[in-house]
Amino acid sequence: MSADFPFLSVLTLLPLVGAIAVACIPRAKAELAKLVALIWSLVVLALSIVMWVAYTVDSTDRFQFHEKYAWIPSWNANFTFAADGIALVMLMLIAVLFPVVILASWHDVDQSRRSAPTYFALLLAFEFTMIGVFAAADVFLFYVFFEIMLIPMYFIIGSFGSGQKQYAAVKFFLYSLVGGLFMLAAVIGLWVVGGHTFDFAALVEAGKSIDQNTARWLFLGFFVAFAIKAPFFPFHTWLPDSGGAAPAGAAALLVGVMDKVGTFGIIRYCLPLFPEASRWFAPAALVLAVIGIIYAALLAVGQNDLKRLVSYTSIAHFGFIGIGIFAFTTQGGTGSVLYMVNHGLATGLLFIVVGMFVARRGSALVSDFGGAGKLVPVLAGVFFFAGLASLALPGTAPFVSEFLVLIGTFSTHQPYAVIATAGIILAAAYVLWMIQRTTQGTLNPALDEVPAMKQDLSLREKFVVAPLIVLLLVLGFYPKPVTDVINPAVQATLQDVGKQDPAPTVADGKAGR
Amino acid sequence: MGDLKLPAIDYGALAPMLILFGVACLGVVLEVIIPRRHRNVVQLTVALLGVVAALTVLVINRNTRIVTIGGAIAIDGPTIFLQGAILVLGAVSLFLIGERQVEAGGAFVAQAAVVVGSDKDNRQVTGQPGLTEVYPLTAFALGGMLMFVAANDLLTMFVALEVFSLPLYLMCALARRRRLLSQEAALKYFLLGSYASAFFLFGVALLYGFAGGVQLSAVHDAVANPQRSQLLLYGGLGLVAIGLLFKSALAPFHVWTPDVYQGAPTPITAFMAACTKVAAFGALLRVLYVAFEGVRWDFQPVLGTVAALTMFVGAILAVTQTDMKRLLAYSSIANAGYLMVGVLALNPDGLSSTMFYLVAYGFSVLAAFAIVSLVRDSDGEATHLSRWAGIGRKSPLLAGIFTFILLAFAGIPLTSGFTAKFAVFGAAIDGGQTWLVIFGVITSMLIAFPYLRVVVLMWLSEPGETTPAVSIPGFLTSAALGIGVIVTVALGVVPAPLIDLTREASQFVR
Repeated sequence: MSADFPFLSVLTLLPLVGAIAVACIPRAKAELAKLVALIWSLVVLALSIVMWVAYTVDSTDRFQFHEKYAWIPSWNANFTFAADGIALVMLMLIAVLFPVVILASWHDVDQSRRSAPTYFALLLAFEFTMIGVFAAADVFLFYVFFEIMLIPMYFIIGSFGSGQKQYAAVKFFLYSLVGGLFMLAAVIGLWVVGGHTFDFAALVEAGKSIDQNTARWLFLGFFVAFAIKAPFFPFHTWLPDSGGAAPAGAAALLVGVMDKVGTFGIIRYCLPLFPEASRWFAPAALVLAVIGIIYAALLAVGQNDLKRLVSYTSIAHFGFIGIGIFAFTTQGGTGSVLYMVNHGLATGLLFIVVGMFVARRGSALVSDFGGAGKLVPVLAGVFFFAGLASLALPGTAPFVSEFLVLIGTFSTHQPYAVIATAGIILAAAYVLWMIQRTTQGTLNPALDEVPAMKQDLSLREKFVVAPLIVLLLVLGFYPKPVTDVINPAVQATLQDVGKQDPAPTVADGKAGR
Repeated sequence: MGDLKLPAIDYGALAPMLILFGVACLGVVLEVIIPRRHRNVVQLTVALLGVVAALTVLVINRNTRIVTIGGAIAIDGPTIFLQGAILVLGAVSLFLIGERQVEAGGAFVAQAAVVVGSDKDNRQVTGQPGLTEVYPLTAFALGGMLMFVAANDLLTMFVALEVFSLPLYLMCALARRRRLLSQEAALKYFLLGSYASAFFLFGVALLYGFAGGVQLSAVHDAVANPQRSQLLLYGGLGLVAIGLLFKSALAPFHVWTPDVYQGAPTPITAFMAACTKVAAFGALLRVLYVAFEGVRWDFQPVLGTVAALTMFVGAILAVTQTDMKRLLAYSSIANAGYLMVGVLALNPDGLSSTMFYLVAYGFSVLAAFAIVSLVRDSDGEATHLSRWAGIGRKSPLLAGIFTFILLAFAGIPLTSGFTAKFAVFGAAIDGGQTWLVIFGVITSMLIAFPYLRVVVLMWLSEPGETTPAVSIPGFLTSAALGIGVIVTVALGVVPAPLIDLTREASQFVR
């Protein structure tokens, strides 16, 4: 298939069709629904691999796979799709994670009184909104996907979650909606001052002549929405609740994919559309990000609930992504985008493994485990690997991105880089302590009485974790294919912001390879 | 004695109104002629045919742009669009009014004059067919509304106001169940409505004193070139505005809304929420855009405050409601505030976006009340929120539809609510009213909470023993519900045709 194929619209619509198909499967045929959902997500994966191959890295065109269909002519709103390198890697991440999560969630809803086809249909519907939000190149279309992606996740958390699921679902929805409405005001404002168009490229042009004061307000409207979604300190409080209440697979998607919309939005919309405002706001954003790194890591250390713990680690990781973005260097930016991908893989794996533990034990409390490694050595080993990947051990993919972020930040903002580095130490503390308290040491006698705790990984579960482990290792040793795609897009974005890299001092951005 | 000169009358342009008034009179006659058991079918058919005929004439007249009958009536783009909206929404309302299968005999009492609580009253609750005078009353109300949005002088506007208000007062009192509540609602509506009419009339008098005429164009000219005291102008504008703000349910003149919406029979509530809102805002648009455009800088901040207050009152009080109909009433108050944001843009986009919002909201609210009329137990509609717990488990389709409608009210994309909100907010920013949009955004966040609470209640709560069964809707209610939902989807996904239509229609004649 050539690059003329309408990749992005087909990729967006496929999961929607799948969701409708799965939703129509009667409740009694739950197995069929699971199978259809899995196959469907694999088809999406296959198509996105073809798209990856069709993408030309050295193209002078920053965006590829352009598509444009008229929607609301009188507002100049169109179904415009296009992907740059950043969007492309995010789309790949989505395509990889969904089949894995669907396979991982195979038995998650068997005990639920609600129907399994609904759950898998909601997952596919969620994939539809996720692909749409990353593929959109029209601000109006982006906003539409940004808002509707709440709905499937709201029902997944509310209907299929555990614990305080209602509270978590409503909190999730309200936080995101509040952010979304701030963005709505900014989108309308941008439309009015930007010459009544929603086209991304046209708005980037128009953005250069927007009055400085207005631009700062509009920037803040977008930024608040993205900061809530990401989540950045102090807008993060919804994530531990949602991550703790959502089913493990959905939680993996929540932090692995959905939260990336926030950081992606900052890179794609805040920086190019409001360059001056971005530079003006950067110091504040850096401070928030650094606070997030330290604060969330400290809270993670004190958590007794595994899913909440992993949620807090994500907030800390998003702090790293934040400083990488607002350091305005190529290494920092590339590192951030790479971090978004790697974090999706590593934390996704961590959530899935935690989910396997929780499903066996029937509890997510750290204190209910202890010495589990003696009963399920392979699962404990995978958990250990996921934990190490999450704390960015060299040799795993997150190390490369964290390193890039830190050297990128160091070259322009030394103090922040130094403080952020302290976050790495805390990361080691919470991850290692979590693993020690759950899988090492003497066996908790209560664990021995749970029959499910004696079953190590099944074949299905091995298929779930294997691709993620392989990807984490491969990208840990050889990230070049991904960084090559990301780099030009990041450079183009930095040009929009009007920031030049400082003269290279220590490394020239190839250090991690 | 000099010759009395009759003004030229374009009967063709007036035909939609004349048809409806004729149908209403015919309905009164039919009430006498037709045997009781056939009355419902015949009356409903006649009323619907009248609406369809009026709509047909309207479509034929769609390019008419004239001022006729001595300047009393203006037929222009907004008139035709709004009249069309009223007729279509009115037809759907008639479906709800005509429903007889959900509850034996319909939602209306058999004899309104029977003492509440008496033996005779208790007997007529069950079984006896509801009275059919509602159809001519509805036709009168619709005719009055058509006249209201077309009125080009303030006296005609006053007459139209009364013509459509009086039937509404009556219809509010006709609920089959909870008669006392219904009668109280009617009384409240009537008393407050009369005050509002009186204010309106007094305002007209002052404006006559100011302009030397009651025609909107005369007021416009006088505003541009004032000959008399400005006091008369501002006094008159204020008092006329009070009358219109009351009908539109804008704060602080909204206090009747929750009580009346709750007490009135649900089909009538739906009718009021959809059609009265179109009529009231249509007149408000015409008065502000045609007559008072010259003093926009003076009334914009005042009405802006009204709009902000309305949005806040509607959003905050909706949070505390425990009754579904009252919740929807406060939601409709908040929506009136958003509509006002569009009105105050005071540019062509403001006009077209307000008209779009009216249509979008009208269909959603009709669907919402259609659903309310279906959730019932042996005592009639179960409107208390606690009774809706877990209804998603018992009737997933109905709960799904209602969830969708609530998402539309909350302004989630791919629903008409989002498109409409986007349109009015965009127009308002264009018109320099950014602060109103900020208020609008903040209140949108607040009011999302009660909607979400209902969604949570329906889907995420366990059904209680008292969760009522959902009635199987009859054909008419299904049709009304279906139309409402389809339009809500369509205006969210492909709004372009209606947006274009409102843009073409956004030109007043003076």
